[in-house]
Amino acid sequence: MSGMSAPRPIVDVQDLTVDFHGGAKPLRAVAGVDLTLRPGEVLALLGESGSGKSVTLRALMRLLPEHRAVIGGKVLVDGHDVRAMSKRDLPAYRGRTIAMIFQEPGLALDPVYRVGDQITEAVIRHEGASRREARARALELFERVRIPSAARRLDNYAHEMSGGMRQRAMIALALACRPKVLLADEPTTALDATVQIQVLLLLRELQRELGLAVIFVTHDIGVCTEIADRIAVMYAGRIVEIGACRDVIRTPAHPYTIGLLASRAAGSLAKGERLAAIPGSPPDLSNLPKGCAFAPRCKAVQPICESAVPEENSVGSGHRARCVLAAS
Amino acid sequence: MDAFNAELATRDRGGPAQPLLSVRDLVKHFGGRRAWSAPWSAPWGGAGQRRGAVRAVDGISFDVAKGETLGVVGESGCGKSTLARLVMQIVAADAGDILFDGEAVGTSALDLAAYRREVQMVFQDSYASLNPRLTVEDTVAFGPRVHGLPRRAAIARAHDLISRVGLDPVRFAARYPHELSGGQRQRVNIARALALQPRLLILDEAVSALDKSIEAQVLNLLVDLKAEFGLTYMFISHDLNVVRFMSDRVMVMYLGKVAELGACDVILASPRHPYTMALLASMPSMDPDRRTTEAPLYGDPPNPIDPPSGCRFHTRCRFAAPVCSSIAPALADVGPAHRVACLMATPGSGHPQAGVPEAA
Repeated sequence: MSGMSAPRPIVDVQDLTVDFHGGAKPLRAVAGVDLTLRPGEVLALLGESGSGKSVTLRALMRLLPEHRAVIGGKVLVDGHDVRAMSKRDLPAYRGRTIAMIFQEPGLALDPVYRVGDQITEAVIRHEGASRREARARALELFERVRIPSAARRLDNYAHEMSGGMRQRAMIALALACRPKVLLADEPTTALDATVQIQVLLLLRELQRELGLAVIFVTHDIGVCTEIADRIAVMYAGRIVEIGACRDVIRTPAHPYTIGLLASRAAGSLAKGERLAAIPGSPPDLSNLPKGCAFAPRCKAVQPICESAVPEENSVGSGHRARCVLAAS
Repeated sequence: MDAFNAELATRDRGGPAQPLLSVRDLVKHFGGRRAWSAPWSAPWGGAGQRRGAVRAVDGISFDVAKGETLGVVGESGCGKSTLARLVMQIVAADAGDILFDGEAVGTSALDLAAYRREVQMVFQDSYASLNPRLTVEDTVAFGPRVHGLPRRAAIARAHDLISRVGLDPVRFAARYPHELSGGQRQRVNIARALALQPRLLILDEAVSALDKSIEAQVLNLLVDLKAEFGLTYMFISHDLNVVRFMSDRVMVMYLGKVAELGACDVILASPRHPYTMALLASMPSMDPDRRTTEAPLYGDPPNPIDPPSGCRFHTRCRFAAPVCSSIAPALADVGPAHRVACLMATPGSGHPQAGVPEAA
């Protein structure tokens, strides 16, 4: 995790912007995100709806609708310039270099094909394997993600599986072509509590064994703490704080992160005590303030916050916050 | 507000010791094959006789005391939302009784219209539960008008409630649901639920769809409103942190049955049912240096169609003994107002660890 001799990053994103057109007003969902991810590292993108975390993931995979979403900045994944990639190169890039799992496996898996056939098809298509080899690989993957009676389950349709099993099947599908980077978009949010922890532990184990680099999008700080090496907190299309999991959880520097941690209905709370809620509501992306987007809700707001977007300031080793308070 | 509290006091029939809500042996099964019979010829099909039915709520009894918050937790398929709809009388129970302040619901003493003035509900999906063609003030005033309040008075009450839930009536009264954020919509839903001046509010995952920073605001609002209006809550959630914050007592459900019922602090600190223990241990750690290393349970909750025999949890329980698959445990007292449906907590049940207190 804290490798001193940092290997070349496998994901290198500089000044990523995503603009959506076609709505009533154009809006900037991602407004300058810098991210680097080393092989074998798990980065959690933590944020609320509209913070740009899912759009960032989709930009890495070029899954956004091309005619409506304009991507800017530098996006390098395992040496591929994702923005410059031609449409013909994309299918080979998706799956082999980078793969994604989604919040609703029930929607992400094709309902009219057997789950095993979907994996087999991907392996044949990407690796040129024979049907028999691909089938064997699908079975191996199902066993790997610990689906009980794997051979029989390969012939299931998605609706015949429980939620937790569907998510395991989707993980198997994502890993079918041995990707180097796994993108996970709230993969445990729709699961029951006792199933969520199983899937988190499975992902952690697979990530370690396969040396995967993982970007894990979530709104749940507890999930971050369980899975992430580093946490990037997003707000209104920007990373407002990034650092090692321990540092961000223990010594948060941005008022938004501090507020999120304080507003949790955690166990230490005495009966009848009020939660330290962050006032106000998330900003309207089509009408962002000129300065810090969090300023209207911030307890420590200063006049300077409203004039310009704060720079990233270092508050520790690899720990940075986009806040004027962190500058001193 | 004094007039309001005075009115509340006169509505209280049985005094503070009588539970506001008493539910006895409530049963609701959905679907399943049953020999077709005309409803007029066979009014009673027998709840246990259908095959392949979803046994959503399968014999549940509990009380909600006046002024308390009862938290209801459980995973998908445990029947917590069906329970809420049964208590609200949105779906009719197959069997069982619901008593509200001592009166049987649906009888001449307390008909449905009167009952619905006393009990209201807030749903999880703040958008789907609002009529898209009604403005905020019309939404909140709708119930009072149906119940006979003149339009002017209903609108005045709506404005009062809209401001009490933290929205400015001048800005929000004329808006439509799509013009509001999720948190604002849920505030409108709460205002609407309060418009008939109910005594019991059923909150079915009412904050689960909200962003975390908004969730905290709405939870605070619910705590404030409870004190202000002297409300009683039935608070349903899958999030134990939230339930801990809100509840005085907690009811843990598993596959249509009550697994454990007791004071919130006691249950969360020293749970006695293996399922409650597993649920607590499944909560993500908040300490990066002490991450969860082993999943407390394997597999998903079983399908509530044809649930496991005996104790419904025995297929996933680490303490399961042969007897667990044949005997369904009844709720047994294990402490002051603490009840557990587990054979280990039932002395003489035949379970090897029966009577021995278990701490996971």
